[in-house]
Amino acid sequence: MKRTPLYQVHKTLNAKFTEFGGWEMPLQYSSIVKEHLAVRTAVGLFDLSHMGEFEIHGQGANELVQKLSTNDVGRLTDGRVLYTLFCNEAGGIVDDLLIYRYADNHYMLVVNAANIEKDLAWVQTHNDTRTKVEDVSDETVLIALQGRKSIDVLNPFVPELDVSDISFFRFVVGEVAGISTVISRTGYTGEIGFELYVSAEDAEHLWNALYPAVMGAEGQPVGLGARDTLRLEAGLRLYGVDMNDDTNPYQVGLDKFVKSKNRQFIGKNALLREKKRGIARQMIGFQMLDRSVARTGYAVYQDGERIGEVTSGAPSPSLKCNIGFAIVTSQTITEDDKIEIEIRSRMHSAKIVTAPFI
Amino acid sequence: MILQELKYNESHEWAKQEDDIVTIGISDYAQSEIQDIVYVELPEVGTELTQKTEFGVIESVKAAFDLYAPVSGEVIEVNESLLDAPEQVNESPYDDGWFLKIRMTDPSELDALLDADSYQAHIEAEHA
Repeated sequence: MKRTPLYQVHKTLNAKFTEFGGWEMPLQYSSIVKEHLAVRTAVGLFDLSHMGEFEIHGQGANELVQKLSTNDVGRLTDGRVLYTLFCNEAGGIVDDLLIYRYADNHYMLVVNAANIEKDLAWVQTHNDTRTKVEDVSDETVLIALQGRKSIDVLNPFVPELDVSDISFFRFVVGEVAGISTVISRTGYTGEIGFELYVSAEDAEHLWNALYPAVMGAEGQPVGLGARDTLRLEAGLRLYGVDMNDDTNPYQVGLDKFVKSKNRQFIGKNALLREKKRGIARQMIGFQMLDRSVARTGYAVYQDGERIGEVTSGAPSPSLKCNIGFAIVTSQTITEDDKIEIEIRSRMHSAKIVTAPFI
Repeated sequence: MILQELKYNESHEWAKQEDDIVTIGISDYAQSEIQDIVYVELPEVGTELTQKTEFGVIESVKAAFDLYAPVSGEVIEVNESLLDAPEQVNESPYDDGWFLKIRMTDPSELDALLDADSYQAHIEAEHA
């Protein structure tokens, strides 16, 4: 298992660790609920070093990322970020990712940890000699600050600008605590927040600078346990759980990130065919009507007929009820329909809810 | 914290004997490992339990954990207060957070359980 450059820092904080995407990552420091609620009410500090970063340089950079993306990279200007998917020829999702545009000939891709090798091979396969694709994951550390107090926590470390001036899905390159940092107004929690990209050798310095400020703002260091419940409440899909190479964007409700008008991208033809034929499966959000917890893989029924399975499910610390996503074959299911989820050989009722849950 | 007067399963349930009645719960170590308990699924009164077999489930925010009976017997009382306040298992694993009282069918089964010292050693071995 790979370890983040901040591993010793987490050890000192008594973190419990978990394996995720080939990495030994902090699962929790205190409690998942406590960390979750700290992000919802104050601020949380995350080490997301497992995420992969690729730098794309050169004349063909724009053409390359456009060709691979379901979303329109042409809508980006310098300093903007785009959420997009890469699809294979059959329309299956290779990965979901962020694309940062520094310039027309320079982009950064931020991909899921478990997909770094697959994505790198995918990008290289479609690359030509004009463009350089570099995997900088090992040299790059991603530290996230998420929560309503993240602006107040971050600002004292950034003398040259007011970070509240950075709009959602925009980034600047600046100094944080004297360290050269990509300051990105993005996140995976449904809260105001920032993702800070720094070189691995500066990571500990940045973490140690931010940590006391976070604690002073009634915040917490936050592990992957709470990251999962935070993203679920916010209605955000997780690759490898809610979607994979065999699901397409329409089946998991990511339609709005597919822009096929006046542009070509890999998977477009298959996706258009699927849309014409009618989408075979759809993703729904649900809320359990009792205290039981539906988890990944549990079967979903409607009127006694099995219609699909749970992809993500967990107790919601903010809502104090149990929520999740499921992929179902029904094309007509609506919020008025009741579903049942089989948990340890017993049926439990759930209602259909439109995500985000919070 | 491990209470001296209790007996333990390798799977971290404790058993407290009073005549032929045995009260069951999970250890302080187990609750601190599981954390954030949100739901406890327990059998109804009258259910027959068999030693070392599953009788219920604990759900934490992160995952579900099976519960195994330390001894065989009939369930005579269930801690209903856990339905509305499952966090008692985290806060008071040996007291308010108890699960069941069962009428033991074979007292010699208690001999197969770990005493406090062996349970301590078992945790240390699991952690190493």
